[in-house]
Amino acid sequence: MIHVLFHPTALMAALVAGGEAAGKTTALDPAVVISSLYVFALAAFLGYQVISRVPPLLHTPLMSATNAISGISLIGSLVIAGSTYEHHQTLASLLGCAAVTSAMINVTGGFLITDRMLKMFRKKETVKAEEKK
Amino acid sequence: MTHPSYILEATYLIASCLFVMGLKSLSHPDTARRGMIMAAAGMLAALLGTLFHPDIHNYLWIAVGLVVGSSIGIPMAMVPMTAMPQRTALSHAFGALAASLVGIAEYVIHGNSMGGVKMGALGLEVMLGSLTVTGSLIAAAKLQEFMRGTPIQFKGQHFVNLAIGLGMVTCFVLWVIDPGAANANIYFFTLVGLSFLFGVMLVIPIGAADMPVVMSLLNSYAGLSSAATGFVLGNNVLIIAGTLDGFSGFILSILMCKAMNRSITNVLFGGFGAVVGTDTGGVGGTMREVTVDDVAVQLAYANQVVFVPGYGMATAQAQHACRELGNLLEERGVAVKYAIHPVAGRMPGHMNVLLAEANVPYSSLWEMDQINPEMPQTDVAVVIGANDVVNPDARDNPKSLIAGMPIIEVDKAKSVVVLKRGKGKGFSGLENPLFFKSVTGMLYGDAKSSLVNLAQAVQKV
Repeated sequence: MIHVLFHPTALMAALVAGGEAAGKTTALDPAVVISSLYVFALAAFLGYQVISRVPPLLHTPLMSATNAISGISLIGSLVIAGSTYEHHQTLASLLGCAAVTSAMINVTGGFLITDRMLKMFRKKETVKAEEKK
Repeated sequence: MTHPSYILEATYLIASCLFVMGLKSLSHPDTARRGMIMAAAGMLAALLGTLFHPDIHNYLWIAVGLVVGSSIGIPMAMVPMTAMPQRTALSHAFGALAASLVGIAEYVIHGNSMGGVKMGALGLEVMLGSLTVTGSLIAAAKLQEFMRGTPIQFKGQHFVNLAIGLGMVTCFVLWVIDPGAANANIYFFTLVGLSFLFGVMLVIPIGAADMPVVMSLLNSYAGLSSAATGFVLGNNVLIIAGTLDGFSGFILSILMCKAMNRSITNVLFGGFGAVVGTDTGGVGGTMREVTVDDVAVQLAYANQVVFVPGYGMATAQAQHACRELGNLLEERGVAVKYAIHPVAGRMPGHMNVLLAEANVPYSSLWEMDQINPEMPQTDVAVVIGANDVVNPDARDNPKSLIAGMPIIEVDKAKSVVVLKRGKGKGFSGLENPLFFKSVTGMLYGDAKSSLVNLAQAVQKV
C-alpha cells in the first residue's frame, strides 16, 4: 500500500511505540498517548464513514468546510499566545500570535465561504419561485 | 493540560460532536447549510472555552491575532467563485502554517524536555505542516497563473527529491533519538527548512490539470498536521477535527485519482502533461466548423440538451451565460441537463459550485455515471471548454496517455457542439479525436460570447 507513505498514520503509531520502547521520561503520560490513539483511530473510521456519503455535488464545500474545521489548531495557538513562560517569552508570544492569525483566517474565511457556497445550491422550486419575483 | 478543567473539556467535547454532525449534514444540499452553522457554533464554543484556559494570562497577542486573522479571513471569503481553487489552496497554506507554528513554538518553549512520543508527534506536525505551506502556496500561484501551469521538470529531479526526503528523515531521526544533543536545534530547524523546500519540489512538477488531486492531498496533509498537534498537546478535539480533515482529503484524493484512472504516485511523480501525446493513434481528418445560427436551430428543436462544462467555462466566466441559454431552451420545452465530470475544473466539485452560483438548481446537475446512459437519447451535447474529460481516446485507444480514464461519452449523443477558444490542443497536450468525428461541430471563440450569441439566436428561431 503506497498510500501509507503519504498518510503517515502507520508511521505515527510506529513512532509512539518506538518512543515508549526507548523508555524515555515522556512529558506525556502513556495513558494519554494510548487514549489519544484510540481517539485518532475512531475519528478516522468515523471520518471515513461520514465523508464517503458526501455527494460529488458538494465536494468543494466539503473541502472548504473541513479546512475551516482544521482551523481548530486555533485553540493550541491561543494557549501559546496567552501563556507566560520563563524563557523565550517574546518569541513564543510572537509565534503564538502568528499562529492565531493564520488559524483565524482559516476559521472565519472557511466557514463564511462554505456558507456562501451552500446558499447557492438550491432546489428547482426555490429557483423558479425566486425568478418569478 | 496542567489544570484539568471540566468546563473547558466539555466545550471541546461539544465542539467535536458538532463538527461530526456538521460534516454528516453535507450528505445532502438541503441539510448542509444548517449543519455548517452547527460546526461554526462548535468552533465558537471551543474558541470561547479556550479563552478561559487556566494557562492564559495575557490577552494582548491573542486579541491581535484574532483581529488580524478575521480581517484577512473575511475578505478571503468574498472572492468570486471562479477563484475558489486558489483561495482554497491559500487557506490550506494558512491552516498548515498555524499547525506548524504551534509545533515550532512548543519546541521553543519546552526544548528537549518533551520526551520521545511528544517529539515524534511534534516532528511530524512540523514536517507535514511546513511542506503543506509551501506546496499550497505553489499550487495557489499556479492556479492564479502567477506561475506557469505546466509541469516544471529538470534532469535528476527524482534524485534531488529523494535526497531532500532522506535529509528530512535523517534530521527527524537524529533529533528524536537524542534530544539532548548539542546539535538538536540545528537538526530541528534543518528539518523545518527542508520541509519547506520539499513542499515546493512536490508541487512544481505537477500540471494544472492534476490540481484536483494535489488540492485534496494538501487538504489531507493540513488536517493530519492538526491531528499531530493534538497528539503534542494531548488535546482530543484537535485530534478529531484534524483527522476528519485528513481523511476527507484522503478520500477526495482517491476519488480524483480514480476519476483519472491513475495512481497517487503517478500523479505526484509522473509529471503528466510534460509529455506531448505521441500515441494518438493517427488522429486526423478535418474539423467541421459550425455557425451560431446552425447551432441555435439545432438546440431550439432538440428534445434533450446536455451541457458539459470544463475549466474553460471557469476561465471564460461563462457560467451565467450558460444558464441563460439553458433557461431559454427550457422555456421552449427542451430538457436541459448539466453533466459534471469528477475532475472537471481545478478542484473537486468546482463546476457544481460555478453552476449553482449561476442559479442552476442542483437537481439539474448530473454526475458522470448518471448521465452516460442518457447520452444516446441526447440530441445535442454542448461541450464548454472541456477536453480530456470528453476525449473518446481514453475509452477506445489503449495506447493513449489517458487510457482507461472514465469519460462523459458525448460522442454517443446524436450531435456534439464543442465551444473552444482556438484550434490548439488542450492542457494535457493530447489530440482529441472527438473534434474530428462526423457528429461533432466546432464553434470557435470565447465561450462566454459564443453562449450569449447562441442565446440571442435561439430567441429568434
